[in-house]
Amino acid sequence: MKRKSRQSKWDRKHLLGLRDLSAEEITYILDTAVGFEQVSTRSVKKAPPLRGKVVVNLFFEDSTRTRNSFALAANRLSADIIEFTKKSSSVSKGETLLDTARNLEAMGIDIVVVRHGAGGAPRFLSRNIKACVVNAGDGYCEHPTQGLLDLYTIRKIRGSLKGLKIAIVGDVAHSRVARSDMWGMTKLGAEVTFVGPPTLMPGKVDGLPVKVSSCLDDIIDKVDVINMLRIQFERLGGNPFPSIREYSHYFGLTVDRMKRAKPDILVMHPGPINRGLEIESEVADGPNSVILDQVTNGLAVRMAVLFLVNQAAAEKTEH
Amino acid sequence: MPRNVALTGGTCYTCGLIQIDLAESVLQIMKVILDSKEIESIVEALADQIISDVPADLDVATIGVRSRGEILAQRLSSLLASKLGRDVPCGTLDITLYRDDLNAPQGADQPQVRTTEIGFDIDGKIIILVDDVLHTGRSTRAAMDALIDLGRPMVLKLAVLVDRLGRELPIQADYAGYKSDAAADKLVQVNFVESDGKDQVVVE
Repeated sequence: MKRKSRQSKWDRKHLLGLRDLSAEEITYILDTAVGFEQVSTRSVKKAPPLRGKVVVNLFFEDSTRTRNSFALAANRLSADIIEFTKKSSSVSKGETLLDTARNLEAMGIDIVVVRHGAGGAPRFLSRNIKACVVNAGDGYCEHPTQGLLDLYTIRKIRGSLKGLKIAIVGDVAHSRVARSDMWGMTKLGAEVTFVGPPTLMPGKVDGLPVKVSSCLDDIIDKVDVINMLRIQFERLGGNPFPSIREYSHYFGLTVDRMKRAKPDILVMHPGPINRGLEIESEVADGPNSVILDQVTNGLAVRMAVLFLVNQAAAEKTEH
Repeated sequence: MPRNVALTGGTCYTCGLIQIDLAESVLQIMKVILDSKEIESIVEALADQIISDVPADLDVATIGVRSRGEILAQRLSSLLASKLGRDVPCGTLDITLYRDDLNAPQGADQPQVRTTEIGFDIDGKIIILVDDVLHTGRSTRAAMDALIDLGRPMVLKLAVLVDRLGRELPIQADYAGYKSDAAADKLVQVNFVESDGKDQVVVE
């Protein structure tokens, strides 16, 4: 007997951050992504669920991986995709975010994938336009699909995140990846430690569900997963560390440090890599590295996200 | 308290909502149209029909539509294998991405995307597409589109346990176990031991 009164398992038409989601919702996205993985491995790499829908990639900051991954995900679901970049648009003529989005919406778009330098920009958009909004990175706030693909990659190899010890190393202060990872990983039962020089730690870590360490050597032998963040030179102000050489001496993932790590440690990096800085090439390309798996899994995760927000939008349509 | 709660057995150990649901399902006339013995002989007959129909020298495989079709396909496959004396591979097809109602509100029936598991090449094979109930024909249309994206079978046939009235698309079963004339508003439910604890077909 079907109970019509029960809520559907996914009813969000926007994906703004993992902080908003319950463990059940996160797991539902990951479970859904499993079904999308195989679309990319068969002879016809396309399925029809978003046929006739329009997705716009609204990127106010540079991106290669995320933008291409969303574009390919939308293509594989048979949606049409509009690419929007700040440089080649009216934004350079002074158009506001909301005006840009409203103009795109007037063309009949269904899903906006937005990356913006200001934290909260996707949430602001979601309150002001009718289309679904998917956050592809906002300021130092969140990058939920990167968080989800990290969770997916770990879960696929380890089966579950429960009880895993995970270190997120480097420029945590400027990292939206670190924040999405933190919310997602802790909700699924992992124990997260932020590691880096105090100058690269967020201002207020007290209220966050994480431990903090300023010594990578203290924890390298204890963690199951290590996520090496990129040093984001474009965001660094002042002198957060004396020299690049000193940073990689204390916080770089080197072959020597890897000798002390658990033999089955998973090495992750959100890309793009500064080879030889936060991670040595031999480690990035080594047997423990899942960096390219992250990219592959990102596609399935983003297909799942686009599919789910569109389904939730259909759910809310008045008939 | 709704007056029909007594029908659930009287013991009040769970919330009111569930009790009402149970009571309603008891109140509706639930008729068993096929029991486990009948299902067994129908599946056997389906297998015999397929064998008499399919040239002996060609590769046959079954592919079940999630989720009840999957179980029926597994049973058919092992029957066919033992009768033919050779391997009859069996796969599972998830048709969610190919449904024609994805842009309509589904509520609690919102379909979840699951995996398609077909561990063999479907090209050049005789594929028996297996579903538990054929009703509107929309699932079958979705399944055909999903399959064609995976390859090019030599022949695609449709086998179902229950063939209902109420087709909305020009689709017919090649092998139909039991023809039901249940009205359009009735629910024909196939239960299997593997998924529901008991083999039976009921009309609600």
